[in-house]
Amino acid sequence: MKKIDYLEIDGDSRGFYTLVGILALIAAFGAGAALTMEHAGHWITGMSNQVIWGTPHVFAVFLIVAASGALNIASMGTVFNRHIYQPLGRLSSLLAIALLVGGLLVLVLDLGRPDRLIVAMTVYNFKSIFAWNVLLYTGFIGITGVYLWFQMDRSMGKYYKIAGYAAFIWRLILTTGTGAIFGFIVARDAFDSAIYPPMFIINSFAYGMAFFILVLLAAYKWTARPLGDKLVYRLKNLLGVFVAAAFYFLLVYHLTGLYHTKRHGIEDFFLQSGGIYTQLFWIGQVLIGMLIPMFLVWHPTLGKSRSMISAAATLVIIGGLSQMYVTLIGGQAYPLNVFPGYEVVSSSFFDGGVNAYSPSLFEVMLGVGGIAVALLAVTMGVKILRFLPTDLSDKAVDPHHTKEAA
Amino acid sequence: MSKQIDSTHDDRQVSSGRREFIKQTAATAGAALASGALLYTGEASAKPADEAVTSAQRWGILVDTSKCADGCNDCVNACASENGWGSVEHDPRPKTDAQWIRSVTIRNKQTSAEHTLPLMCQHCENPPCADVCPTGASFRREDGIVLVDKHICIGCRYCMMACPYKARSFVHETIENQIEYAPRGKGTVEACTMCVHRVDDDRNPACVEACSHQALTFGDLKDPNSDIAKQMKQHATKELRADLGLNTGVRYKGL
Repeated sequence: MKKIDYLEIDGDSRGFYTLVGILALIAAFGAGAALTMEHAGHWITGMSNQVIWGTPHVFAVFLIVAASGALNIASMGTVFNRHIYQPLGRLSSLLAIALLVGGLLVLVLDLGRPDRLIVAMTVYNFKSIFAWNVLLYTGFIGITGVYLWFQMDRSMGKYYKIAGYAAFIWRLILTTGTGAIFGFIVARDAFDSAIYPPMFIINSFAYGMAFFILVLLAAYKWTARPLGDKLVYRLKNLLGVFVAAAFYFLLVYHLTGLYHTKRHGIEDFFLQSGGIYTQLFWIGQVLIGMLIPMFLVWHPTLGKSRSMISAAATLVIIGGLSQMYVTLIGGQAYPLNVFPGYEVVSSSFFDGGVNAYSPSLFEVMLGVGGIAVALLAVTMGVKILRFLPTDLSDKAVDPHHTKEAA
Repeated sequence: MSKQIDSTHDDRQVSSGRREFIKQTAATAGAALASGALLYTGEASAKPADEAVTSAQRWGILVDTSKCADGCNDCVNACASENGWGSVEHDPRPKTDAQWIRSVTIRNKQTSAEHTLPLMCQHCENPPCADVCPTGASFRREDGIVLVDKHICIGCRYCMMACPYKARSFVHETIENQIEYAPRGKGTVEACTMCVHRVDDDRNPACVEACSHQALTFGDLKDPNSDIAKQMKQHATKELRADLGLNTGVRYKGL
């Protein structure tokens, strides 16, 4: 393996400026949507007193989960000594921070009082997993920032391992915290389960890897830098493994629900009678987000095609958003069981019935705006600093490379 | 100068005399109140406004569903006008408008027996809303009343996700003409306060006062001589979602 050189991208082509312009425009629309919602109040959104967290949360939680997963590639190099991934560590760390910032922006801008962010950062109730998450998010940005610095500054090389370990452990705790937001909710049948934190961790591996593959393939294609198949195939195989593991956790979650009589109602809702949520579960989450990507990445010929690998990664992201929609909004649409053993005859507050929700344009714009901010940060990052290796060809990344092996 | 000193000295004398007078009066009044309290223990007595709330009391409401009349909305209307949440300027938007208390009719799946009851914040001893609140804006007073501090609520709505009773509302739009003792704010969460302003003033919550069917009893659950404690000792009562172990301050009889 020869020495890896990192270099800023030129970033002076028409394509680059078009990309930046499009992302900035989407981000601006997101900001406009947030301002409109804050000014008018949340009544103009699809959210209500029944469905409390809407589409912005779907995007925000998805991005936060994907962020911790995007750091995995760096961890594999540093913590697990897989040398082939080490050249990707910088991009992995940058993408992780960018996705987290994008997600947090969406989360904060959907608060009822985003102007009180300072309160959330100074006044803590330590029994709240939300309060812990505030510390976990800021800590993640800080620790990954230091890890990135140590990766880029060779004079700090001796601390690089420690920072890598710290970032790896922190990201596991962070996703545990994100999953626990749902796992700790005793009131709702869809949540209230200890499987959420590990399930979110395994989901994060898949979502983060999908983002990473797309960014890597696009960056090396558009900058015409060499990117060997060896690395790409390893990443796509890992994507398949992560998706399979996520599928296993999903299976365990629903099998447990099908076994517990008290959870039959929510299982029936998710798997059979939930309308849009059932469709999104089977078609979005399972078929598009799991089965088709696994087929694509492991197919003997399709799995060798970069466009098919990109397609698989894109489908994993679509599946991930579907998963968040089903979990988050489906979990709220299903009625609270305030009176076990009884059915609700009448109520002025929509008790007992499935709660309606349809996302407003504002919410979608804010959510998509978060993704745009994350991608914009990565795009600008690779232009300003040396994140991307100049050469990721098989010869450059693999010390044992021979032409035949490739 | 010396006049001034004298005058101060006089003041001291006067104030010392006044102090004695106040002491004696207070002692007399205290004794009178104490004896009164001893004689009159049937009703809960509230604290003076300048005194901190203690856990000596636990306020609660008992709902007798056998007396609660189907179609009657008196408690709901009384709460709305007392706390100013029903009187909005815009057209009703049921999905996003706040409801601190609502009337619900339920039917037993096995027996088909129907019950009508008011549902509001259950003022749990271990409130999930307060557990999950990142800033501590949702909190439980020492006397068991669960409230939201509107000054530090950031509007994250996690408490609404966590509440098993859907008792909380998010203020979805600008509010005007607010009531002084029941402040509300766009972008924050609110719920039944058990009319804390009334309780601190030794009065019953508005819903209890308005119920013409005597279906609601308010009082101190810790005082064995209070009407509510006596009723709860005599009759079987239920807490909603007892399986969650929240030990609610609102209980239901006849379910």
